[in-house]
Amino acid sequence: MSVLTSLAQVQAAAAGVAQPVATVRHCHLAAAPLVMVPLKMAGEAAAPLAVMLGSDRAAPELLAVPQPRNRDLRFAFAAEFAKLVLEHVAANVGAAESLGEGKDGEERVRYTEAPQILLPNRGGVGFLRLLGRSTRFRRTEGPYAVEPAVPALGRWLTWYADRHDRPGSSLLLTMTETLRLHWATGQSSLEDGNLAALVGWIDPPDGLDGPAAARRAEDPVASPPAGPATDPTFDNEVLAPAIAAYDGAGRDPRAEERVRDALRGQLAPTWDLMWRSVDLLRTLPEGGSVARRWERDRDGFTWFHRSFAESLPQPRRDIAVRAARRLHDLERAQDAYEAQRAFDDPLVMIEHRLNGLAFGGVVVGGDPARLDESGKRPKLRPHLLVATGDPVRLDPGATVVNAARPGLKGRVLEVGADGVLVELTGGMGRGLVPAAGSVPQVGERVVFTSLTEGSFGPARFPEAEDTPWTHGGPPAEYVPTDEDAQEDWS
Amino acid sequence: MTAADALAPGDAAEAVVAAVLADLGRGHRGVIVDSPPGAGKSTLVVRATAHLAAAGDRLMIVAQTNEQVDDLIERIAAKHPHLGVGRLSAATYAPSARVLAHPQVRVAQKADDLAEQPVVIATAAKWATLTDGSWTWAIVDEAYQMRSDMLLRIAGRFDKALFVGDPGQLDPFSTVEVERWAGLTWDPMRSAVSVLLAHNPDLPVHRLPVSWRLPASAAPVVARAFYPFTGFRSGTGPGDRRLELRAGGMGTAHDRALEEAAASGWALYELPARHTLRTDAEAVRATAALAVRLLQRGPVAHSEQGSAEVGADRIAIGAAHRDQVAAIRAALGEEGAGITVDTANRLQGREYDVTVVLHPLSGRRDATAFHLEAGRLCVLTSRHRHACVVVARAGIPELLDAHPSTEPVRLGVPVKFPDGWEANQAVLAHLAEHRVAAG
Repeated sequence: MSVLTSLAQVQAAAAGVAQPVATVRHCHLAAAPLVMVPLKMAGEAAAPLAVMLGSDRAAPELLAVPQPRNRDLRFAFAAEFAKLVLEHVAANVGAAESLGEGKDGEERVRYTEAPQILLPNRGGVGFLRLLGRSTRFRRTEGPYAVEPAVPALGRWLTWYADRHDRPGSSLLLTMTETLRLHWATGQSSLEDGNLAALVGWIDPPDGLDGPAAARRAEDPVASPPAGPATDPTFDNEVLAPAIAAYDGAGRDPRAEERVRDALRGQLAPTWDLMWRSVDLLRTLPEGGSVARRWERDRDGFTWFHRSFAESLPQPRRDIAVRAARRLHDLERAQDAYEAQRAFDDPLVMIEHRLNGLAFGGVVVGGDPARLDESGKRPKLRPHLLVATGDPVRLDPGATVVNAARPGLKGRVLEVGADGVLVELTGGMGRGLVPAAGSVPQVGERVVFTSLTEGSFGPARFPEAEDTPWTHGGPPAEYVPTDEDAQEDWS
Repeated sequence: MTAADALAPGDAAEAVVAAVLADLGRGHRGVIVDSPPGAGKSTLVVRATAHLAAAGDRLMIVAQTNEQVDDLIERIAAKHPHLGVGRLSAATYAPSARVLAHPQVRVAQKADDLAEQPVVIATAAKWATLTDGSWTWAIVDEAYQMRSDMLLRIAGRFDKALFVGDPGQLDPFSTVEVERWAGLTWDPMRSAVSVLLAHNPDLPVHRLPVSWRLPASAAPVVARAFYPFTGFRSGTGPGDRRLELRAGGMGTAHDRALEEAAASGWALYELPARHTLRTDAEAVRATAALAVRLLQRGPVAHSEQGSAEVGADRIAIGAAHRDQVAAIRAALGEEGAGITVDTANRLQGREYDVTVVLHPLSGRRDATAFHLEAGRLCVLTSRHRHACVVVARAGIPELLDAHPSTEPVRLGVPVKFPDGWEANQAVLAHLAEHRVAAG
């Protein structure tokens, strides 16, 4: 926990209302996101109980399994769920922008939209991941056949859960994490995991302050849990009798309606909270690099959608090369995301300034047209002296970039009492005279930081068939069979 | 007592080295050597290099950082001045003076330019940029600090390899969620050795039995806490090392802590219990002041290598976080110029006469996996030849009791020994006997 976040939390506790820790929104919000509140049955890892979903806050769809122990009903639910998810996906496939020809001579495109999903919390992601695993290997013919939409749903859910792991991706967002990225409350991080309490702190209802709203959120009757786990008292006193009645009544539609009503009551408050959260996030202007990250998401979506027909379901386990590649990709994404957030948002940059990895101040001197003539040919190497009160912890020689224009690169020469001396090394045009406006003038406020978007480049990995002996050699090729959906423990 | 324990320390260590070198000629694809702190790992690498080069095999050496590469070059070049060594490096690397001092060393950015060199050495990251070329043997140094995904990237370059490292030090880490691969034998987050052994369980594993660095006062403590099943012993006896403070003290708490450390090899300088920010100003000041005071006391180290004054370059301060390091550096000021201050990660593989350690759990309200990691404390408490002073706020044992390890148990993940929680308790229990309360 950083000093600044701690301070914001203390201030929030004192003021009784959450404090902002960001000045811009660091995630993309689609015009029509698919909001989803899933519930699972207590005691089972991935037995779906219900989901409330939709892109229209006034008209949510409720899907429910009246007897979650019945596997046929589960897959019937999965088929209905699949229909809605695949509709949402299809609604976002349409216009595409051309990116010109790729290396292989083929036309490359990027869809202009991508289907976004919003969930209340991380538990929901874990649930979708498991639901994806339990459906994507199902066969559409042979024993225990399911509808073709079911394995397709499994593959999409798996893809969404995987995208969620990628730092900076907005395809699948969880509301508690997203809100916490923008506000700090006066409660613990565990308590922040409760969406009702978190929203209560950020936007308390009239007549209440944050702590009072959060206290009210602790009452599972007034604000039922945001899932995927249900409230045990509800399970025992409402749900279990309703399910028993459904079993006893021989699938009577009225008994089914009773289960659905009970579940609707549990889901509706969270549904409202989700949309209130969306409203809260929309009040923030979008960060400068959000569109670029959303482009990556759209690239991912375009690729997955276009190769969907000819590819196999994602394997249950990553092979060695794929695992290493994926970890590398995630680390690069994390690195870029950290830097981009700081460049977009001065409040995030302050965090780094406090840690000494960035410094800000006024240019008080230097030599903006300096040439380094020690080598064979002269190089443009202006010097800037930046007066700063920040606790600078960069060593001489450290590479830094200008936060306002990360293209402007330099290195720290000296950290002295009257400021930091920076030698600019790039981003000033090609000539020996800096391009107009590229070098900060005396009196200008600047922030330099050692954060960069690409501190390490893409790495080379062996092909899967060249997996070395140290990692067990090349893996066997995957051939789909009817037993794929079997788990070791099922 | 085993047969190895009955031997003199030098003979026991020599027997292991001889067995390792013999195994290199037996057709194994890999040989692993576990080395506790200061057990002569680098010496072994130098000997194995000469051994393999003498046999006419093309040899590549993999280290983890440029610093480690330069260290190894210096050692190899000093011991074998006629062995041609190639140093493969990135374009941004400027050869350090200690590399340039050896004419037999050639620095190049392309492997082709070093084709004539019998030994080529580079960081793992540099090796990973190569797409072709192959070496008969590789020596992988600090193999427990190398992530297995890095091994995956370089394993195509060699046929057989000697892996050397310290299993008790810091585990590899990542900045992103890595749960997804837990339990896989090729989990990219596991160390190179762990993955190698999971797929090649019959490779020979040797263990260096003697720490030449740690004094008799420290070896049993560190061995018990961090190497509970394998253990190791000190190469020196209880009377062989002595830290003398020539200047008299004034009886302050700082002086008493330093005197305790000089007399017993350990001291715990304990500040009153308090929850603090990471850069706890009081603890930072105390840590810096202890190191400066030590210099002022005119310390002289007497050891099997003779007697020498302990200068600033022989003193190190260790902490868990970089902001703590920066704060301590600032607090040292002019008087502490030349004292090394760094995080556990960067102190790995280094050796000093005296260390001052800011305890990772000092002033904390919680004990996270990061702060509990056994390797972190192990690195911090095993860098010294003479004495180690630990600075901490009171209440860490209670903090530990309130935060038992809660990491989920996963199928297929080898159980990690020692447990960080237990190792922390063991070290604290020992330090409690050397406690000096801040005055």
